[in-house]
Amino acid sequence: MRGLANREPGPRQTMYSNKVIDHGTPARTAPATVSLQIDGVTVTVPVGTSVMRAAVEAGRKVPKLCATDSLEAFGSCRLCLVEIEGRRGYPASCTTPCEPGMKVKTQSKKLADLRRGVMELYISDHPLDCLTCPANGNCELQDMAGVVGLREVRYGYEGENHLVQAKDASNPYFTFDATKCIVCSRCVRACEEVQGTFALTVQGRGFDSKIASGPTNFLDSECVSCGACVQACPTATLMEKSIAEQGQPDRVVDTTCAYCGVGCSFRAEMKGNDVVRMVPHKDGKANHGHSCVKGRFAWGYATHPDRVKKPMIRSKITDPWREVTWDEAIAYAASEIRRIQGKYGVASVGGITSSRCTNEETYLVQKLVRAAFGNNNVDTCARVCHSPTGYGLKTTLGESAGTQDFDSVDDTDCVIVIGANPTDAHPVFASRMKRRLRGDTSRPGAGLIVIDPRRIDLVRTPHVEADFHLQLQPGTNVAVLNALAHVVVTEGLAKDDYVRERCDLGDFAKWKAFIALPKNSPEALEKVTGVPAASIRGAARLYATAKNGAIYYGLGVTEHSQGSTTVMGIANLAMVTGNIGRPGVGVNPLRGQNNVQGSCDMGSFPHELPGYRHVSDPAVRALFGTAWGVPIQDEPGLRIPNMFDAAIDGSFKALYVQGEDIAQSDPDTRHVQHALESLECLIVQDIFVNETAKYAHVFLPGSSFLEKDGTFTNAERRINRVRKVMPPLAGLGDWEATMALAKALGYPMHYDHPSQIMDEIARLTPTFTGVSYEKLDRLGSIQWPCNDKAPEGTPVMHEQEFVRGKGKFVITDYVATPERTSQRFPLILTTGRILSQYNVGAQTRRTQNTAWHAADVLEIHPHDAEQRGIQDGDAVSVVSRKGDTTLRAVLSERMQPGVVYTTFHHPESGANVVTTENSDWATNCPEYKVTAVQVVAHAKKSEWQREFDDFADRQESLLPKGALKGEAR
Amino acid sequence: MDGKKLVKMANEIAAFFAAEPDRRAALEGVASHVKRFWEPRMRRELFVCFDAGGDGMSPVLLETLAAHRATLEPAKK
Ligand code: SF4
Ligand code: SF4
Ligand code: SF4
Ligand code: FES
Repeated sequence: MRGLANREPGPRQTMYSNKVIDHGTPARTAPATVSLQIDGVTVTVPVGTSVMRAAVEAGRKVPKLCATDSLEAFGSCRLCLVEIEGRRGYPASCTTPCEPGMKVKTQSKKLADLRRGVMELYISDHPLDCLTCPANGNCELQDMAGVVGLREVRYGYEGENHLVQAKDASNPYFTFDATKCIVCSRCVRACEEVQGTFALTVQGRGFDSKIASGPTNFLDSECVSCGACVQACPTATLMEKSIAEQGQPDRVVDTTCAYCGVGCSFRAEMKGNDVVRMVPHKDGKANHGHSCVKGRFAWGYATHPDRVKKPMIRSKITDPWREVTWDEAIAYAASEIRRIQGKYGVASVGGITSSRCTNEETYLVQKLVRAAFGNNNVDTCARVCHSPTGYGLKTTLGESAGTQDFDSVDDTDCVIVIGANPTDAHPVFASRMKRRLRGDTSRPGAGLIVIDPRRIDLVRTPHVEADFHLQLQPGTNVAVLNALAHVVVTEGLAKDDYVRERCDLGDFAKWKAFIALPKNSPEALEKVTGVPAASIRGAARLYATAKNGAIYYGLGVTEHSQGSTTVMGIANLAMVTGNIGRPGVGVNPLRGQNNVQGSCDMGSFPHELPGYRHVSDPAVRALFGTAWGVPIQDEPGLRIPNMFDAAIDGSFKALYVQGEDIAQSDPDTRHVQHALESLECLIVQDIFVNETAKYAHVFLPGSSFLEKDGTFTNAERRINRVRKVMPPLAGLGDWEATMALAKALGYPMHYDHPSQIMDEIARLTPTFTGVSYEKLDRLGSIQWPCNDKAPEGTPVMHEQEFVRGKGKFVITDYVATPERTSQRFPLILTTGRILSQYNVGAQTRRTQNTAWHAADVLEIHPHDAEQRGIQDGDAVSVVSRKGDTTLRAVLSERMQPGVVYTTFHHPESGANVVTTENSDWATNCPEYKVTAVQVVAHAKKSEWQREFDDFADRQESLLPKGALKGEAR
Repeated sequence: MDGKKLVKMANEIAAFFAAEPDRRAALEGVASHVKRFWEPRMRRELFVCFDAGGDGMSPVLLETLAAHRATLEPAKK
């Protein structure tokens, strides 16, 4: 019974009723159970379960308004009254826990009268415009009126009421209509419990009470537009504008968000081929019914008029584009590749796979390069974000992936967040983490150590405060990690038993001798890192002595000249404290884009075939060679930055780029532009004419995540299904276009559906053996490894032993970045991103998310600003050894003096014009996070920006008339 | 390819492995890293720089290239 009640009826795509079963109060997980009788039906539920929830499991529904199963019960509406044998009065079933042997009655004459009375009061202060109300057909107040059999309302509307209040439509995506508010406080509690933002309050008491969002309206409040309150609202008070405009949906398809590495599950609510709403899926194992502003609301880009619908070609980038058929475009692309290979050699061409495309599509592109191009020149945008994670974790632990699932954070006692800003970049996971950091009645909150040059929100947010904020100088991560490990080792806090049992002792002995050296002590490193030694010692003790300590990190770790060293330093620290191999601990890279993990898994790196197997391994080459019917090259290919260098050098001439914007996202823009201009054939496949496409000769229109079937793999190795909800706008899914190109190159591939591509991946990849679409449909999602040893996947890795056998400690000597400040460039520029925008912004800039972030700005400390005569809002020029660009300054104390900060969501900001060619020693992952700059007040656009404008104008004039508007500028 | 840039990259690899106390293991670390991650034309160019006197190369890098030339130098085109 219990399991069944949870499941929604019917297949995944069905005629739609959006009434998802609501159990009223959250599930409890206690192992002990109680049995009770509800209307004579016996049910057994975990201890702590409410009577309301037990009733739903017994197949009864108690009327309710203020309760919903995403929130703790509050007990304010008094609609859910029940009778319990032997108890006086009529207790509220939502706040009453089940007790053994209880006999509950959910219906009686008396209960019916009481409930009708409650409803009558509500309705007497409610506008009765159901027929024209956007919630019509999906309104709990309306349902409850029906359920309790309300037939008349004796109190008139003459008296005082709330019926004439203005609507708050300031948020671009939803409205707040106070006239329909029943003050159940579900929104307030959703904002606190689910999102953790505390933007809403109930003001006043009794009749005067009302919901308030900040001083004026939603847009100007603390609200981050996650939609949790909209989801929780039982009436039309908080309502999506899209529903108000288009009406209630008529069908639903389960799918996965295409933005960040959290990989939230969504229900795409449809009307015909139009999406009318995206609702976070309660059963989604990554998000458990929560979402952020991007996935929930910012999907309008998918049908933006800038979408390209026809392939285009041109022979020179100064020529106008010509719209052609798919056949013509593909034939031209293929003939160019073969011509170039004939002239410059087999290795003169390559491809880039996309972390925004599906696993299946990524797999096909690398297969195309290795099998049809005949070389290993394939790379992916993970090069510029998480390649050090792959290298560092494979070296130390044996697998290029995070060790935990997201749920693991519930079991942690101490969290280290290093070089990550989860509330902006991984918002849904951040909400989970904040919940654990706040603690609850049963447990105090977990300890928190933030290692970041910036005072990110997590350092201090409602009911969360970091125990330690180690505000280090950018570029000194390794020094800080070494100092932490030094304290652990020299103060006797190491878990020797764990190390002895699980790690390579020879490596450990060497590492221990190294880390114990006085040069690694917090005191010795204080000058380098800028972090007081006492804070390092305190933080090390907190983490090392916690029962479960977990480390979460992001691009602030990887995008450095010592990115891979830092990842290994993190693994060292986790191993020496015994914090790998069970729930609540681990090393957790927070991935940037939705499918970064997946694109890496799928063999997108030039030295690795799918499943992270090196091309020099003859057995692996034989396996793929046989399956694909062609020999595989045994030498690694070029990585993205190497491709640029080889292009400038003249030995690399053609590139196929799927769903990436290297001209905007990669560092040292002028160098990248020069490389792209050196190519004889650039094939770009994208949904928009992005910056890279301005240098292209062939443009293949891409398909959005709504237009194809496939899978994404999120930061916890979770493979989630992406489902087609509408046909591809340009006629072909990206995987189909790649197949067409392969065929034109004389290497036909035979797949009728992406599921067959996944079947091939499963056949060839030991960590994917058990994965299939059938199983994904059945289980909802799967965390790889999934094979005979773990048929339903692996939430926590390295449980018995490390994947590589013995864990390997690696010596991580601190080496300062070559990028130094000087008199000419006295400040350090570091980069990052913000909640409402995503990566290069091609998607989010084409949505109303611009309400929150219309332009990139430069955050600068008031002290540095004052010295330079800069005021808040001034245009300033940011100059590095590489170039300069002009931005608006925002004075902010989140930065320490000496450090400035910007984002790279808008191409004309040119953040990457200033970044350097420095990169991680092991993987060439660029050092975005450290650039020495000077900032001067300067009102004019930089030379690069003026050139950018001219070039963009010229390129726009080369686009076919009326076909599309080109990149919004 | 830009030889100076390749030398800088190779020096950074050498700097990481230089922390290994056993010199032979350090050199092997550098060699195996370059072999596993560098495309042949990059390695070829690195040896061009090496043969031209190894300008700007760190001692560990110079020693590695001398000791492991046979495995690192790609077959002639
Ligand atoms: S919120 Fe519900 S009850 Fe109120 S008018 Fe709209 S549909 Fe009717
Ligand atoms: S949208 Fe999210 S952050 Fe904003 S008020 Fe609602 S729950 Fe709070
Ligand atoms: S948190 Fe990430 S995956 Fe979830 S809705 Fe937001 S962007 Fe999408
Ligand atoms: S649902 Fe129980 S008091 Fe409101």
